Amino acid sequence: MKRLLPLLTGLVLLLTACGREDLSTLNPQGPVAEKQFELMKLSIGIMALVVVVVFAICIYVLIRFRRKQGDKAIPEQVEGNHKLEVIWTVIPIVLLLILGVPTIQHVFGLAKDYSKDKDAVQVKVTAHQYWWEFEYTDYGITTAQDLIVPTGKKISFELAAADVKHSFWIPSIGGKMDTNPGSTNRMFLEFPKEGVFRGKCAELCGPSHALMDFKAKAVSQESFDRWVAAMKAPAVMPADAELAEKFTSQCLSCHAVGENGGNSAPNLTGIGGRETVGGFLFNDEGGGVEQHLKDWITDPQGIKKGAMMPGAEDTGLTEEEIAGIAKYLAEYKLDY
Amino acid sequence: MAAAHAHGHKVKRYSGLMDWLTTVDHKKIGILYFIAGFFFFLIGGLEAIIIRIQLLKPMNDVVAGDTFNELITMHGTTMIFLAAMPLLFALMNAVIPLQIGARDVAFPFLNSLGFWTFFFGGVLLNLSWFAGAVPDAGWTSYVPLAGSIYSSGHGVDYYVLGLQIAGIGTLLGGINFMATIINMRAPGLTFMRLPMFTWAIFITSALIVFAFPALTVGLVALMFDRLFNANFFDVANGGNGVLWEHIFWVFGHPEVYILILPAFGIISEVVSTFSRKRLFGYSSMVFATVLIAFLGFMVWAHHMFTTGLGPVANGLFSIATMLIAVPTGVKIFNWLFTLWGGSIRFTTANLFAIGFIPTFVMGGVTGVMLASAPADYQYHDTYFVVAHFHYVIVGGLILGIFAGLHYWWPKMFGRILNETLGKITFWTFFIGFHLTFFVQHFLGLLGMPRRVYTYLGGQGYDDMNFISTIGAILMGIGTIVFLINIFVTWAKPRNASNDPWEDGRSLEWTIPSPPPEYNFKQTPLVRGYDAWWKEKMEGKTAMTPAEPVGSIHMPSPSILPFIMSVGLFIAGFGFMYDQLIVAGVGLAITLGCMVVRSLVDDHGFHIEPEEQDKGVQA
Repeated sequence: MKRLLPLLTGLVLLLTACGREDLSTLNPQGPVAEKQFELMKLSIGIMALVVVVVFAICIYVLIRFRRKQGDKAIPEQVEGNHKLEVIWTVIPIVLLLILGVPTIQHVFGLAKDYSKDKDAVQVKVTAHQYWWEFEYTDYGITTAQDLIVPTGKKISFELAAADVKHSFWIPSIGGKMDTNPGSTNRMFLEFPKEGVFRGKCAELCGPSHALMDFKAKAVSQESFDRWVAAMKAPAVMPADAELAEKFTSQCLSCHAVGENGGNSAPNLTGIGGRETVGGFLFNDEGGGVEQHLKDWITDPQGIKKGAMMPGAEDTGLTEEEIAGIAKYLAEYKLDY
Repeated sequence: MAAAHAHGHKVKRYSGLMDWLTTVDHKKIGILYFIAGFFFFLIGGLEAIIIRIQLLKPMNDVVAGDTFNELITMHGTTMIFLAAMPLLFALMNAVIPLQIGARDVAFPFLNSLGFWTFFFGGVLLNLSWFAGAVPDAGWTSYVPLAGSIYSSGHGVDYYVLGLQIAGIGTLLGGINFMATIINMRAPGLTFMRLPMFTWAIFITSALIVFAFPALTVGLVALMFDRLFNANFFDVANGGNGVLWEHIFWVFGHPEVYILILPAFGIISEVVSTFSRKRLFGYSSMVFATVLIAFLGFMVWAHHMFTTGLGPVANGLFSIATMLIAVPTGVKIFNWLFTLWGGSIRFTTANLFAIGFIPTFVMGGVTGVMLASAPADYQYHDTYFVVAHFHYVIVGGLILGIFAGLHYWWPKMFGRILNETLGKITFWTFFIGFHLTFFVQHFLGLLGMPRRVYTYLGGQGYDDMNFISTIGAILMGIGTIVFLINIFVTWAKPRNASNDPWEDGRSLEWTIPSPPPEYNFKQTPLVRGYDAWWKEKMEGKTAMTPAEPVGSIHMPSPSILPFIMSVGLFIAGFGFMYDQLIVAGVGLAITLGCMVVRSLVDDHGFHIEPEEQDKGVQA
């Protein structure tokens, strides 16, 4: 036992600070993920103990009791041993109690409902094949793909799906919750630190399930307030009238910018300032936001199979128009 | 004797292919199950290799997202329903009647019907690859993704109908083995003297009888939703998608124990035989098995912690799930203490059994970790879960099946599998397995969701995915070596003795390998647990018979089960493609066979003592 403890502590230490800060469950960046990580460490510790004991007995037995060549001896036929059997029934029960109590605590702790809390930010998450819609019910604004949240506040989520079942997950901030079609789930998360955290869809939802990423961007309260104001400001339309008309007729039937347009596709307000196009084409990599938008508008199916958006062949947009729209959208950034 | 002759009549005996299509002999049905199950195991394995090759490196494009989803769906469905279950049924059929001193199962005709429905269900499911409409909503087929709106092709129809038909076979098997073990034990073989494998199969059969109807009902509801526009799971029309999750897991979790309990049974037999020791704590083993089965029905919602059932349900199901660790732990320690003080011989069968113990413990402890609901919010639907259930199913069940196959091969085929090739199989498969799945725990913890057809580079997933793929290829090599071993052994003479491992303990080792058609010339008298070992220790060379030599009644072979299954197979296609006439014809064939079976009396036939001396080989 004396030798085991340092081994186990070492193992647990090894687990901490493991993986990317914005992605790993082993590198928690918020209280929810921290509580879950504590439980994980506790259970890994207990379980490592069990594994070590079993392995030790196993190895000992295999070395000690090998049959020698030609050995005809018949070992004693032991029926059992009550004392031993009681021991290996009781010890696991004790170990499970140690794990069970905090489990129950956290099950209820993490299920707290902040939907009526005036201090919490209310966000309604709607999952679509293959994108995320975030509606801030208190502010009357809607955005997509980049979830913007203030630090230091409880964020109370109301989760649902528009088509098939998805699952909302930001590993380094907290565990996942499914978005079910036809019913709502609630959960809360907290973001104590500013930064961009990677979010993922965790439930098989079709051919592009793997690409259904999103980003959670935690900013200061002041910055968040500026963002809300910018989102509410009148929409900026393309300067060129002809392009604006094309944009309105071709894009805004489903998408929206500011107060204009529909809501069956991702809201595009300030899309130029987002982390990615399509949830996974990082704008600080590759050709940058304008190129990504151009590629996306030309052939969404080629980038994300099964996406609802029609490609250039169907929309009839010319290369020139696509370039114009991409440029306009890339430059559409919110100041916050 | 005269009376026996009076209603015994000359029976038509078939040979060649016709013999296999008409057989009702549990030993031959066992071999059929093995061939079919292993064939599907190879298909499922090939699908796994393609999956791993796709995930070899980030943003790989060997297969596209839709094909990938077809591969994972078919891999899971094939491995669980068409490989693991039939391989278990192969061992059940080959061994159980022998272990309880019976001449066949309770319902030989039903046994054959069970095999053929499973087989045609499996074929139907796999024909989807040729039809170009493959199920792609995961082996769990959650709605609405598996519903008619989001899976509008025939893919999921193949899943629904294939599993429905194959499921009939499993249910029949469960009923049959329950009846067999209750009713056909040799004189003196009380329940608390049953070999552990028989106990495991008895409990498994009970689980099948209670769990499979849930799947049947769920599949019928999904079929009605898809084919006849019913609204069981359609939210827009008042249905409920979460309902499917409940139905599926009410079946699905006991299914896990349906798979693993027989493996527990196999390990108990193999470990005990090759350490020349009585199974440690037999009665606690029996009690643990029963308790696991019972608790197995109370924990289904731990697959749904993130569905949003609320803290009360999540808390209860967390604790219930953790409780299963206690009886499972009892089993692990009982195996270790069976080995303790024994005289351990490292045959291939025993290597697989010993490899099973630590591997299954690793799968078990991650199971307890997953049981803690708040932590599960992080693990759920990630590679951590993939690692966990492969540790349990491959590291548990498949290692168990390999142990059982190597152990009982001489009893099934009269030849001992080549030990050198066997050991190569073990080491490549075992090392490959741990390479493949150990790192996947960490992939999950680092935030990689499961069922993703690709992943971005630079997220810390690249190296571990590479290692995992290498491991999968090693497992593939191990399986191929096993296949080679089968053919190499096939070419050898049939010379296995009654008790080829020399340390056999139960009744199957008292009769020739392979046994004659009627198994036991005289039903043996059982005088205690480890019946054969007990006699051996008292210096006897044979069991004490419980009856004089006499005429043995045998069931007649029949082609009807095969035709009935073909009928269901045709009906399945008819329903799927909306050709109700075809469906009607198919059902008419099946029902017609049932009528024939009911109206035509078949009393079977007798094997007289003179014929028995000539030795009627199976």
